[in-house]
Amino acid sequence: MSAGIVTVAYIGASILFILALGGLSHPETARRGNLYGIAGMGIALVATLFGVVTANYGLLIGGLAVGGLIGLLLARRVQMTQMPELVAILHSLVGLAAMLVGFANFMDPNIQYSGVEATIHDVEVYLGILIGAVTFSGSVIAFGKLSGKISGKPLMLPARHWLNLVLLLASIWYGIEFVEQSAAGAGLMPLIIMSAVALLFGIHMVMAIGGADMPVVISMLNSYSGWAAAATGFMLSNDLLIVTGALVGSSGAILSYIMCRAMNRRFLAVIAGGFGTSTGAAAADGAQGEVDPIEAPEAALLLAGAKEVMIVPGYGMAVAQAQHAVCELTKQLKDRGVNVRFGIHPVAGRMPGHMNVLLAEANVPYDIVFEMDEINDDFPDVDVSIVIGANDIVNPSAQDEPDSPIAGMPVLEVWKGTTTFVLKRSMATGYAGVQNPLFFKDNTRMLFGDARDSLADVLRNL
Amino acid sequence: MRIGVPREIHPGEKRVATTPDVVTGLMKLGFEITVENGAGEGASFTDEAYREAGAAIVDDADELWSGSDIVLKVRAPESEPETGRDEIDRLREGQILISFLWPGQNPELLERLAEKRVTALAMDSIPRISRAQKLDALSSMANIAGYRAVVEAADNFGRFFMGQITAAGKVPPARVLVIGAGVAGLSAIGTAKGMGAIVRAFDTRPEVNEQVESMDAEFLMLDFEEEGSGAGGYAKVMSKEFIDAEMALFRQQAEEVDIIITTALIPGKPAPKLITADMVEAMKPGSVIVDLAAEQGGNCALTEPDELVTRHGVTIIGYTDLPSRLASTASQLYATNLRHLLQDMCPEKDGEVVVDMQDEVIRGATVVRGGEITWPAPAPKPTAAPASPAAKPAAAPAPAPDGKKRTPAWLGRLVLFGLGGLALLGLGAVAPPSFMAHFTVFVLACFVGYMVVWNVTPALHTPLMSVTNAISSIIIIGALLQISSGVTWIAWLAGFTVLITSINIAGGFAVTRRMLAMFRK
Repeated sequence: MSAGIVTVAYIGASILFILALGGLSHPETARRGNLYGIAGMGIALVATLFGVVTANYGLLIGGLAVGGLIGLLLARRVQMTQMPELVAILHSLVGLAAMLVGFANFMDPNIQYSGVEATIHDVEVYLGILIGAVTFSGSVIAFGKLSGKISGKPLMLPARHWLNLVLLLASIWYGIEFVEQSAAGAGLMPLIIMSAVALLFGIHMVMAIGGADMPVVISMLNSYSGWAAAATGFMLSNDLLIVTGALVGSSGAILSYIMCRAMNRRFLAVIAGGFGTSTGAAAADGAQGEVDPIEAPEAALLLAGAKEVMIVPGYGMAVAQAQHAVCELTKQLKDRGVNVRFGIHPVAGRMPGHMNVLLAEANVPYDIVFEMDEINDDFPDVDVSIVIGANDIVNPSAQDEPDSPIAGMPVLEVWKGTTTFVLKRSMATGYAGVQNPLFFKDNTRMLFGDARDSLADVLRNL
Repeated sequence: MRIGVPREIHPGEKRVATTPDVVTGLMKLGFEITVENGAGEGASFTDEAYREAGAAIVDDADELWSGSDIVLKVRAPESEPETGRDEIDRLREGQILISFLWPGQNPELLERLAEKRVTALAMDSIPRISRAQKLDALSSMANIAGYRAVVEAADNFGRFFMGQITAAGKVPPARVLVIGAGVAGLSAIGTAKGMGAIVRAFDTRPEVNEQVESMDAEFLMLDFEEEGSGAGGYAKVMSKEFIDAEMALFRQQAEEVDIIITTALIPGKPAPKLITADMVEAMKPGSVIVDLAAEQGGNCALTEPDELVTRHGVTIIGYTDLPSRLASTASQLYATNLRHLLQDMCPEKDGEVVVDMQDEVIRGATVVRGGEITWPAPAPKPTAAPASPAAKPAAAPAPAPDGKKRTPAWLGRLVLFGLGGLALLGLGAVAPPSFMAHFTVFVLACFVGYMVVWNVTPALHTPLMSVTNAISSIIIIGALLQISSGVTWIAWLAGFTVLITSINIAGGFAVTRRMLAMFRK
């Protein structure tokens, strides 16, 4: 196959990838979009296989087959509540691949450049490995935190900002060192040290970030995996890699931006980590009052008399695996002619769109699931709002208390409805460590207990 | 402490100050409860039910009064019709009495209570602030009165409320005018609306307009600018011009409507006369007026308190015991209000009450304390006050940073563009053309990605991540380029990279497919 045909195939693949992302604008077109993505990947692989590869087919096919099989098994086995973990571990593989390709490329004796091109190539190799390493170690830690293998609490090393700065400066210095030595034919040593520093940086960065900031971290790692691919593309002078990397990179960046905006925090502040620990005082002197507990039969009575019900799920729903019970409740209420809708906060859960996927899994139709901005004005007409395992995203102090750590964060205004009941295990504060005045409002009732059991109880009484 | 609940002795009073449900709640607070034999009869609560809930039943009123530390009542203490004995005489020093007391109308009652050196809390004097809503017995009773007013009106009205078209002909709907859209007025509006009537409402306070309209009733507006909101959510006395305009409106409405329910009260003053004799005359025969202000003299000139009279063919109902006519619910709500009050007074839940005069709610309700008259309490804050302190701090800090940032944001963007441009120029000056070609592709791809991803619906953000994950494994191309290398270990390294990236490709696409298949209508 000639080089021209390979290039044309790559152009086709790039277009298909763009179409794949474009298809996600609506659930109806998304399935076709995914097929475009698969087709693009297939075309790129076939073109490369026939156009470039000349030997070691056995190794190649073996790798493809084994890897593909593992991937398919993972995809089939994974529970929807574990999606964030899966995404994190897959990110780490992209990072690792970028590192390996970078090292192999640098060590390959057949690749020779000279002059400015050599310098640029070295910088590309360096960047590819750097981003790949940060993505790899960061994603592994994120995976650990999401799956509970590592504590979700932020790790607060003393002088951690200085440590980050030192690591950053060290990697830059070793970068310069590497480019200089590489020109002289060496340079492996600084490259390895730099990789170690980058790995350390990735670990430390994600360790310092708490559980509920994970949507930002995952989006950011998503973005990094794209930039790593793009840097590798520059290194290999391969436009397909550059285009794809840039697409993925900007996608992740936009997601990070959306997540940060939904928490009213700056990206750097999230990445610097440590949120939710320095504000212990605020939790102590926060609004106090009397909570009104409610039992399942009474909750069922409330629901039976309602016309407009809004369900606001949070991470607690995922933890309790309550999505099926929620769906069952939705069905029963809809059969009685109740208008049930869902209000989803952008950062509910542990990754962007987490709640939507869980609800979709439980067969909740997507046309009754709404984004915060779509339904926030409707709360005054809502008879009963059900908050399931969410806290900070329904906290009125984000609007009322300018001193609150979450002040200015957009929140779902459930308290404007007639009655709200909150399914919660205890009165513990949310991620931000801020007491939630919602629980003390006159029109709020607390339904304590495991969300799944409570909902099942409510269903029985309905 | 022991709570005693005597039977109400006022003739016709069917309510009772506690119910079996509430007894259970009070016992959780650590109180012991004694109920007089037959106290709940009028409200259909049997002695047996009280006993099951854990209350002790005594037959003798004297024993109950003397044995209790706290006495809960509905009506203010009065003298017994048969024996002539006064309930106040039964009180002893140090006891706490909680009931409706109407301190404004009954100054001599307060003095007698003070002489007895008891502590008295008036349920009607609880300040109307949002925290105290759950113990606002006036609202509870007003709600019931509003409902009952419609029921009484329907009882005496010879037609359907709801318009109907039947085989035997057409029946027009009843037209109801509710004057005063307070708790009772809104309750009446809701009830009349629920029965199918056409409902109009009038109030001097323009802020209730929204509440009235939210109940699908029509809010009658005066073409007149005057704010009618007084302190504590009540109405105030209006100017002469306003009243003239108002009366003209009522006169016109009187000719049109079938039922008028009046609920206009001004605290501490006789009820305003809104429906004059000639307006009653102007109404159609068979019409009904229910005057909820009868006890304070009535809104209608022809109202006779506690009586149902017919004047000019119009039935005028002046019952003052409407809540008692719905005794079961009235008792339940009143008893719950009392329980909330006791809960506030008993923070330790140990059955000991504290009369905390620092607490705005308790302070407002306490009219006599240990021999001293403490009524009236300092005036409550106007309605607007609680809202504004909350709104102001929220609004104030926001514009400040914005204002500061405005110029730098604009400047910052310029600097950013400038720096970016310079960096690109610098790059262009040193980089070879081959690099610049790739760089062009890169920058354009970033923009394409930016445009495409903003269109992704937030519901699909998780599939977006998994599919971008799969396609970012296009890095496999890098490994494929290296796998044919003559150097064995590079080939093996590339093989391993192929393995892990293909996990990613297969896993990413497959899981995206699985997720997308779940998104169904």
